Amino acid sequence: MLSLSAVCAGYGSFQVLFGVSLDVPRGQAVGVIGPNGAGKTTLMRVISGLVPIRSGTVTLDGEPIDGLPAHRIVEQGIAHVPEHRRLFPRLSVEENLRIGAFIPRARRGFARQLDRVYGLFPRLKERRQQPAGTLSGGEQQMCAIGRALMSDPKLLLLDEPSAGLAPLVVSQVFELIRRIRGEGLTVLIVEQNVQQVLEVVDRAYLLEVGAVRLAGTADELKGNPFIRRSYMGL
Amino acid sequence: MSGPRASAFVLAAAAAALVSAGPAYFLHLLIQILIWASVYTAWALMGRFGFVSFGHGAFVGVGAYVPALLWNYFGLTPWLGIPAGIALSVLIAVVIGYPCFRLKVVGHYFALVTLALSQVVLLTLVAAREITGGSLGFTPKAAGHSWYALQFPEKTYFYVIALGLWLLALLVWRRIDRGINREALEAISEDEDAAAAIGIDVLREKLRITVISAALTALGGAIYGQYMMYLNPESVSGIAVSLQIVFAAIAGGVYSMLGPTVGALLTISLTEGLRVWFGVTFIGAANTIYGALLVLCIIFMPQGIVGTLRRAIVSRSPKLARAE
Amino acid sequence: MDIFLVEAIINGILLGGVLALLALGLNLIFGVIDVVWIAYADIVMCGMYVIYFLYTQYDVPLLLACLAGIAGMAVFGVAVHLLIIAPVLNSAPINQLLSTGGLLFFLQSFATLLFGTDFRNIGVRLPVVEIASIYISFARLIAFAFGLIGAVALYLFLKRTYIGTAIRAVAQDRDIVGLVGIDQRRIYLATSAIGGALAGLAACLLVLQYDVHPFIGNTFGPVIFMICVLGGLGNMIGGFVASFIISQIIAIGGYYSSTELSYVLAFTLFIILMFVRPRGLFAR
Repeated sequence: MLSLSAVCAGYGSFQVLFGVSLDVPRGQAVGVIGPNGAGKTTLMRVISGLVPIRSGTVTLDGEPIDGLPAHRIVEQGIAHVPEHRRLFPRLSVEENLRIGAFIPRARRGFARQLDRVYGLFPRLKERRQQPAGTLSGGEQQMCAIGRALMSDPKLLLLDEPSAGLAPLVVSQVFELIRRIRGEGLTVLIVEQNVQQVLEVVDRAYLLEVGAVRLAGTADELKGNPFIRRSYMGL
Repeated sequence: MSGPRASAFVLAAAAAALVSAGPAYFLHLLIQILIWASVYTAWALMGRFGFVSFGHGAFVGVGAYVPALLWNYFGLTPWLGIPAGIALSVLIAVVIGYPCFRLKVVGHYFALVTLALSQVVLLTLVAAREITGGSLGFTPKAAGHSWYALQFPEKTYFYVIALGLWLLALLVWRRIDRGINREALEAISEDEDAAAAIGIDVLREKLRITVISAALTALGGAIYGQYMMYLNPESVSGIAVSLQIVFAAIAGGVYSMLGPTVGALLTISLTEGLRVWFGVTFIGAANTIYGALLVLCIIFMPQGIVGTLRRAIVSRSPKLARAE
Repeated sequence: MDIFLVEAIINGILLGGVLALLALGLNLIFGVIDVVWIAYADIVMCGMYVIYFLYTQYDVPLLLACLAGIAGMAVFGVAVHLLIIAPVLNSAPINQLLSTGGLLFFLQSFATLLFGTDFRNIGVRLPVVEIASIYISFARLIAFAFGLIGAVALYLFLKRTYIGTAIRAVAQDRDIVGLVGIDQRRIYLATSAIGGALAGLAACLLVLQYDVHPFIGNTFGPVIFMICVLGGLGNMIGGFVASFIISQIIAIGGYYSSTELSYVLAFTLFIILMFVRPRGLFAR
């Protein structure tokens, strides 16, 4: 469904991605792992339109989407849950969810989407009037994912969903990702927590220094000695 | 001072000397350019480090009115009156600056507070109309040619005084530019907290440069008052004067010593030229065009004229580019 | 209590209502776009001239002229953003201050060129109302009422509509709003339009009470700045409350001495309050 081909991108004179190619087939979950500074977040921002690409292509269902501004990419059906959640702190939980349905297509199905999100995250429903900035880390992550789901996307991008969260909360978050995935949503996850993410995805890519170093099914990577040694501490 | 700079100076002084021999009108213009160039340079002492004050009109106004008032009401010689004006300006600068700096009022907040300050000084001058004549203006008592009163009908005397003031401003600029404190100030403008963390006394440095800037500005205002022999709240204080100062300094370029002077040269020549061209037919036309040009200048040349030119020259010359 | 003092207090409250509109507009624009429209008071001045001329020269009914003023200033606000702000949005903040400062200068000069420096009065004589032997100008009451209506309308708009919520979202985190499908540029334009409209509304209310002339912006401009800094730049509620505090100081100060000195008093108190709470009385 999503296809990147030889993508180069960066910030100003500083290049971060050097010819990255990857595919996310429809209905599957794909992970991107790698060390800090490898370019994982830049990769996400390239897909969601926050960072322009220098060369290469990004296509969604065969249609090129590189060069589109971020708000148009949301209309195309890609929702990005950014690193560090980035909720609107003084808006309530429900207002954050509401603004997630800003695009016209999503506004029509607002009530349905809201029910779906509250069904997935009952705790959010309890806290619906609370300012989002006062939620705990785990609740914020749920709210951020919920906000992204409000636009009724066909592809969900998750940037480091476990960042800054306690281990128990991390497990809960990944359980939720499994559930979302189970409902048929295509997911691309960037993660540092290799152990958790490889349990959830079908395929994964290893990104180091802006280039894809390894690719394969989750089982293949789980068994890969280099990965086991360097990223799983085994 | 480097070779090219020194020769530029000599040329400028020579040109000025030539002009001073010319018709009185040009001398009049030159004197104003020199005085305002000093004021703009004084402002740039703060402006170049990112402490953008929109309140320097207050210092010009106080510096101009205090010696004039003391002269008219108490017969006090401007030799004492001018220091009094400078002292009051410095006091105001400290009273406003201290809470602002101590409590990290920067950026937009600082700009707005200082804007309000310059307008308040104007309002005070107008409100005290019993003493200051309000909007009708104030005329110092004429004393003919007098060193005691610091009044000279002959323009050449003021030309020399203005030239001296301008050279003083440049000297102060150079001292700050080459001094130890420059790096401290640049560190502060980069990141105040980091600067404080490495032991820089942020408050003292900021106050120090503010005081120097205010004092020099007040001196410029005083000389202006002595020269013009007529003061009006609108022409030496208020928002318009403060904006003018900021514009000219930035348009000329705050990071170079002669930038503000170039700014003075350009803005005053432009204002005069427009005023002469339009005469009294369309009141406000000159200023309208001036205002429009200012906006366009900011939009198309955010580094100022000197800065933009400099970049253009540097990028064309490989030798200079390597040296930068 | 002296009846005239009571009148002064009441007039202060009524004035505060109009100033609050302008504080809301300035804070909205700052909160969302992160720029201060130094020329905001002069946009009000333009609105006042528009209404004045429509009503006196072209015999447009007053209400219609006011609506035209509001709409016109909304369009003007968008123009200001596109022409004056957007080109310098990504350069140093000083450039934004200067470009709106230049606009101030330009507008005042242009108005002088077009209309001269005469003070013009719209000539609408509204009755003076007497309540318990206190005389209150009806114009002031209307201005206050509509000022409050405008503030409430703004509140409802920001709270209840999608665009209003989007505007609040951009004010809180402008970099990622694209990720929820918000076009940042459109929001900036919408915000500028609202800011302009608020200035237009203030113009309607002020033109009923005061003479218009090119430099009228200089009388209340700095006051608005003080109010916004006192309330915390970008803080809408803070600005709203601060409007009434400052307008009271000016009204009571004006009662005991001249108007100009009351401004000086307000500024002095403002500086003292800055000592106490530098980020504004209600800073986040």
